[in-house]
Amino acid sequence: MTGRSRTGVRLTALVSASLLALVTGCGDGGDTAGGGTLVGLVTKTDTNPFFVKMKEGAQQAAGNSGATVQSFAGKQDGDNQSQVDAIENLIGAGAKGILITPNDSKAIVPSVDKARQAGLLVIALDTQLEPADAADATFATDNYQAGLLIGQWAKAKFEAEGKQAKIALLDLNPNQVSVDVQRDQGFLEGFGVDVKDKNRIGDESDPRIVGHDVTDGAPEGGRTAMENLLQKDPGINLVYTINEPAAAGAYEALKAAGKEKDVVIVSVDGGCPGVENVKSGIIGATSQQYPLKMAQLGVEAIAKFAQDGTKPQNTAGKDFVDTGVTLISDQPASGVESKDSAWGLQNCWG
Amino acid sequence: MSTTLSTSHSPGGNPLGGDDAKRSPLARLQHLLHAQATIGPAVVLLASVVVFALLSERFLTPGNISLIVQQVAVVGTLAVGQTIVILTAGIDLSCGAIMVLSSIVMAKVAADTGLPGPFALLLGFLVGTLCGLLNGLLVTRLKLPPFIVTLGTLNVFFALNLWYSESATIRGTDMPSLLLWTGQTINIGGTRITYGSIMMVVLVAAMAFALKNTAWGRHVYATGDDLEASRLSGIRTGRVLLSVYAAAGAVYALSAWILIGRIASASPQAGQMDNLDSITAVVIGGTSLFGGRGAIVGSLIGALIVGVFRNGLALAGVDVLWQTLAVGVLIIVAVSLDQWIRKVKP
Repeated sequence: MTGRSRTGVRLTALVSASLLALVTGCGDGGDTAGGGTLVGLVTKTDTNPFFVKMKEGAQQAAGNSGATVQSFAGKQDGDNQSQVDAIENLIGAGAKGILITPNDSKAIVPSVDKARQAGLLVIALDTQLEPADAADATFATDNYQAGLLIGQWAKAKFEAEGKQAKIALLDLNPNQVSVDVQRDQGFLEGFGVDVKDKNRIGDESDPRIVGHDVTDGAPEGGRTAMENLLQKDPGINLVYTINEPAAAGAYEALKAAGKEKDVVIVSVDGGCPGVENVKSGIIGATSQQYPLKMAQLGVEAIAKFAQDGTKPQNTAGKDFVDTGVTLISDQPASGVESKDSAWGLQNCWG
Repeated sequence: MSTTLSTSHSPGGNPLGGDDAKRSPLARLQHLLHAQATIGPAVVLLASVVVFALLSERFLTPGNISLIVQQVAVVGTLAVGQTIVILTAGIDLSCGAIMVLSSIVMAKVAADTGLPGPFALLLGFLVGTLCGLLNGLLVTRLKLPPFIVTLGTLNVFFALNLWYSESATIRGTDMPSLLLWTGQTINIGGTRITYGSIMMVVLVAAMAFALKNTAWGRHVYATGDDLEASRLSGIRTGRVLLSVYAAAGAVYALSAWILIGRIASASPQAGQMDNLDSITAVVIGGTSLFGGRGAIVGSLIGALIVGVFRNGLALAGVDVLWQTLAVGVLIIVAVSLDQWIRKVKP
């Protein structure tokens, strides 16, 4: 071995060690502050700001109600196995309840059953289980309502301006997951399109629809999908997007084609960057949801269940607890209630 | 794995014939492909362009073609780095993570500290190169398989990216315009082309030249073909590998710059499937996963084939499901072809 390669070994060791220290130094593997009731939070991923916010909300509520939160997450959207492991770990750790945003609403049900048989209260956040009553309760946005609001807003706007709509729909992915379907179909119904099967994206035959494409809910996907749909029909003037990152990507495609002034984008989420985009006119209207509130209510419900065994009650007329949705727009449309972007920025997440 | 192609287009005869004059047409084709790795993918690309042009009249417009090139610019540049790693019989699963980390560093440093564009860019390139260098050191000094090393560093780099960015996207309005420059367009022959697309083409040409016409390039091929023989013949294989991984890291930083320009923001959640997409482009482009055989131009063609399929099927109104399936079939066909070519008799 030459001196040079020994230096190499030393350098490698040094770099590896410092990286390791860095990574372990700022991880949050089951931080257990406080004591008392143990609450498990299992999110879809730990990368999406929506879930980062949810974690914050859970930690805050835990501080107030003397509970302890342990957080787990899937590695990526759709990762069911990590969530199964997390539930098993939480049962073993003696948790009183679990808050979960399921990556696979059906596949997680057997694990949830196991937890409930072990006496835990299981609450689905943001996304319902299938069937919904597989969990003790669901705290979520009414996604159909979220879609309906932006659809109604767009309809009123297009009618006021006397324009004929040409609609592009930028969905999540090919899997037809519930949140994707509900927002898409809600939007179309709000706009006055016959949606045929409410549980199916893309079975409509309305000539105003140019087409659907998928974005993975990310800017890059949003841009590519918008580019391809514009190639299909350059006359598109109304774009529905599954979320605000996809909307940001779609806007870039429109800008590149010199069409950003003639096209209205509507979206769902109400994250701070998205509301900023409403303020600067990139997004016409968005339906804001409240992940912090979902997590807070969830932790409080489990703390209460641990105290006296009471379970949360659903919102009247729905099979879940509706945590509310607000239309955010700086161009109010007649007959559709909305708040402006200033209000939206005070109440946004992420 | 079956390595025989459908023999419907071979008029009988054993494809593994004897000397040149007596070879069947199929065996001659096999020889041609063995000598020229990019011919196969080029034929596939042309054929798919013809088919989609027939399916949709919008497909073969200059605007749409420049769009496809733009859409593959990120994966296409990643594939350049991926190719040189695969040529050395390695594989780089961490390329997407390095790209995203570089893009976050470029954007966030500039947004937080007001560092001027060129310096932010330089810092991003430095981070990319260092990440690549770390991969190279682990492969050469600790003698670990590249697959394992980059599987590990993929997670390390991704975690660092989430930690540094706090999972928050940095908006284009908060960063210097130089970072967004790759998304700007220039008018060439009546068609608007992004600087990012041009950069990809220039990078491919430069890397192809380096591989073909420099001693370093020949060493890369030799090291991938037979590490031990190369070492015994006096090539400093450790240094070659180190230089390859570091160069790949710098190339991924270039992808990062192109990515920022394309989405006018820097998102910590971008590029999560890009490592596999870049490997797909390399494989479809005729580069062998066993090292020592293939070409950069092929990888660009491979990326374009995938881009053409996605765009063409979308224009024809085909469901996304079938787009994904088509890409899967392409991969299998490409690797089968590669296996068959390797069986060539001298």
